[in-house]
Amino acid sequence: MSHADDNDSTRRDFLYYATAGAGVVTAGAAVWPLVNQMNPSADVEALSSIFVDVGGLDEGGQLTVNFLGKPVFIRRRTPEEIEAARATSVSDLSIDRDSRNPNKPGTDASDENRTLDDDGEWLVMIGVCTHLGCVPLGDGAGDFDAWFCPCHGSHYDTAGRIRRGPAPENMHIPVAQFVDETTIQLG
Amino acid sequence: MKLRTLAVAALSSLVLALPATMAEATKVKGEVTNFDFSFQGLTGTYDRNQLQRGLQVYHEACASCHGLQYVAFRTLSDRNGPELPEDQMRAFADMYEVWDEELRDWRPATGPDHFPESQFEGAPDLSLMTKARAGFSGPYGLGINQLMKGIGGPEYVASFLLGYTGEEDFQAGSMFYENVAYGGWVSMAPVLFDDMLVYEDGTPATEEQMALDVAAFLTWTAEPKLVERKHAGFVGVIFLTVFAVLLYLTNKRLWAPIKNAAKKD
Amino acid sequence: MSGIPHDHYEPKSNAEKYVHRRLPIIGLIYDTIMIPTPKNLNWMWIWGIVLVFCLVLQIVTGIVLAMHYTPHVDHAFASVEHIMRNVNGGHMLRYLHQNGAMLFFLAVYLHMFRSMYYGSYKTPREITWIIGMLIYLLMMATAFMGYVLPWGQMSFWGATVITGLFGAIPGIGDTLQMWILGGPAVDNAALNRFFSLHYLLPFVILGLVIVHIWAFHTTGNNNPTGVEVRRGSKEEAEKDTLPFWPYFVIKDLFALAVILALFWALVGFMPNFLGHTDNYIEANPLVTPPEIVPEWYFLPFYAILRAFTSDVWIVIAVNWLTFGIVDATFFGVLAMFGAIFVWALLPWLDTSSVRSGRYRPMFKWWFWLFIINFVVLTWAGAMPAEGIYTTIALIGTTYWFAYFLVIMPLLGVLEKPLPEPETIEQDFKETVKASEPKGPKGPSAEPIPAE
Repeated sequence: MSHADDNDSTRRDFLYYATAGAGVVTAGAAVWPLVNQMNPSADVEALSSIFVDVGGLDEGGQLTVNFLGKPVFIRRRTPEEIEAARATSVSDLSIDRDSRNPNKPGTDASDENRTLDDDGEWLVMIGVCTHLGCVPLGDGAGDFDAWFCPCHGSHYDTAGRIRRGPAPENMHIPVAQFVDETTIQLG
Repeated sequence: MKLRTLAVAALSSLVLALPATMAEATKVKGEVTNFDFSFQGLTGTYDRNQLQRGLQVYHEACASCHGLQYVAFRTLSDRNGPELPEDQMRAFADMYEVWDEELRDWRPATGPDHFPESQFEGAPDLSLMTKARAGFSGPYGLGINQLMKGIGGPEYVASFLLGYTGEEDFQAGSMFYENVAYGGWVSMAPVLFDDMLVYEDGTPATEEQMALDVAAFLTWTAEPKLVERKHAGFVGVIFLTVFAVLLYLTNKRLWAPIKNAAKKD
Repeated sequence: MSGIPHDHYEPKSNAEKYVHRRLPIIGLIYDTIMIPTPKNLNWMWIWGIVLVFCLVLQIVTGIVLAMHYTPHVDHAFASVEHIMRNVNGGHMLRYLHQNGAMLFFLAVYLHMFRSMYYGSYKTPREITWIIGMLIYLLMMATAFMGYVLPWGQMSFWGATVITGLFGAIPGIGDTLQMWILGGPAVDNAALNRFFSLHYLLPFVILGLVIVHIWAFHTTGNNNPTGVEVRRGSKEEAEKDTLPFWPYFVIKDLFALAVILALFWALVGFMPNFLGHTDNYIEANPLVTPPEIVPEWYFLPFYAILRAFTSDVWIVIAVNWLTFGIVDATFFGVLAMFGAIFVWALLPWLDTSSVRSGRYRPMFKWWFWLFIINFVVLTWAGAMPAEGIYTTIALIGTTYWFAYFLVIMPLLGVLEKPLPEPETIEQDFKETVKASEPKGPKGPSAEPIPAE
């Protein structure tokens, strides 16, 4: 029916493609918010980083804070604990020799690589047994006078490293740093 | 029987007794000044410095009675908001106490916590106040004036804070104050006085300046995504207009042979 | 499926034949979107597509909002604020859903008015009309329950008042209202069931929409002349019609894009313009707002509900005749539901043999008066029910019932209709020629209010 010449039909094709293209873009733009709304919301995101005041913690004291739904142990170790941990060399570790520390990725499990500060006074780790997810008992429990998981009998030393029992890995360390003298930022 | 009473009461308030309550039926009886705010109009955005000043006014003049329970402290650092630096935001939150269910005790607030609720029942929460008040609605309540003058809530809040006549009345054991924006007597005492605080940015703290600043701040607390929303509005309208033009041309072309044929015979 | 002769889907490749023998779904889709459609449809025939879009928009945004909403009286209001503040893009999703309901009702009213003007409800399309009225009733129920969910002051008191309407029914009212609310007043039980039903009903509407489309695909579309498509042969039918795809899809999409641009401007720049400010105050069972106003799309019926006060003579008469069982309140309730009921009966109340209002010189006036009356009732519903406003509402209500119960039956007898064109083809040609030299985009025979 149409008496369009070539030029006309090229223009028509272009118009049709442009319209179809715009339609596809519209559909795409409509889909993205529907996907994105399922990502963590701002209040959840805000909890992915929390600040912990450790000013009130004395030597040998320990705080347990809830971080991302899991307990985090923050321990100010005594000189004896530091000494015991530093005396244990990596070769003594028979189960796991990885530091499991995202602040120092890929390092071995020497005590220096586990602690938050260089002096080794501050040990921060996720208080979840790497075996089946129980929360280990602390404050000098177990064969190494540190942490002991009552579920299946895993013993951790004063650096939170697995020494005996079924757990396969050292207790994990969260992303953490000191933001000032007395405040630790988790996440 | 109780149900019946409730139903009858509710219905009669609509069907029968409305003439009696007519006096209260209009939303705002008082005089509301049409202040200009930076966030009005199609492209208006919040003025960061004004929001920070408004936060200061809220903190010093409102917070002792009124809450902001839907606003999280962390959002004070959000883009298109007061944009407080993180550390200042945390220091600000630290001045408020919140109840911690786990500790079963009060503790200083942190970023993820919300502002406290109102301290007593007479003081409404202010989070959404500027959206809960229509300052002006136009002839016959048609809402046309909102179109022309802005949503009216911030204007109402500012007018209210500036609307005290100084008349006081002691009744039934409490003090009432006359307010022209409310159009009657209110139990809230005037709270703003010239130079009652010193703005950190050096703006003179006049009564009107403080009223406008806190009204702007409360508009942000009620509609924190205003700037994002308008931006989405612009992009969407422009894109849909282009799409409509393309569809118009496509439609015209599609129908051209059909119409040409119809014209011929 | 359709009574109009046209090419049906024929599977060509082996794969197509394989599927077609087992499930003729491609054929169903093909026949649906290739349906022969009268050439001369004007711009009032776009609202169907707009309505389908609205339903999809409300279902999609509703599903994602439900992922973040908490149906509990202690958390509902806060969870809406959570959506507005924390959820990614949540403020847009919520505003789209809120204003989407309004676009939905605007479109449905224009769709219904178009049907009324061009006689689309007349035989053989009565079932299409009745299904449409059912959809409209379900839309009202869904919108009402959805409005309760944010748990603001207007949500709470709106729910109290509307469920109170059921309580006004003599005898069973109390029991019925108690059953609807699950307690003596609007509370958590009511909020939860409203949420459940608000989620369910849109899918019932979706099912009815499919039946609605099925029905008018069986009878064929009406058109501005009201003259039927010739069905003698395929050639004849093709002179009156064009396939729905692409001619009407593109036309409808163009109209949809224009409407969406306006809608998007509303959402982006003044999303609370048509809402009530009181709904930003959390529900408080102890404080009634000074005025309880429903959303604008309910206002005509709200005006009818309130028009009958105890001093109106008909109320006094009915009250006396029923020994006091029907009081002013119950009368108002009956009037409100009656107004919708007579609307639904329109196919049987209209006695005219001519379909389209275009060829009905007297009908036109009464129709436009009906539209004006509808607007006036909307306005009266927003005004306080006192003095002059009640009188206006009463006059409007009277006209509403008179239109359906007196004017429509009588007009068919009294009116002398104008001659209709022989065929749709003829009308289309005349329209195209009339719009020379540079006619606008489509056949537009007469000024249409919605453009």
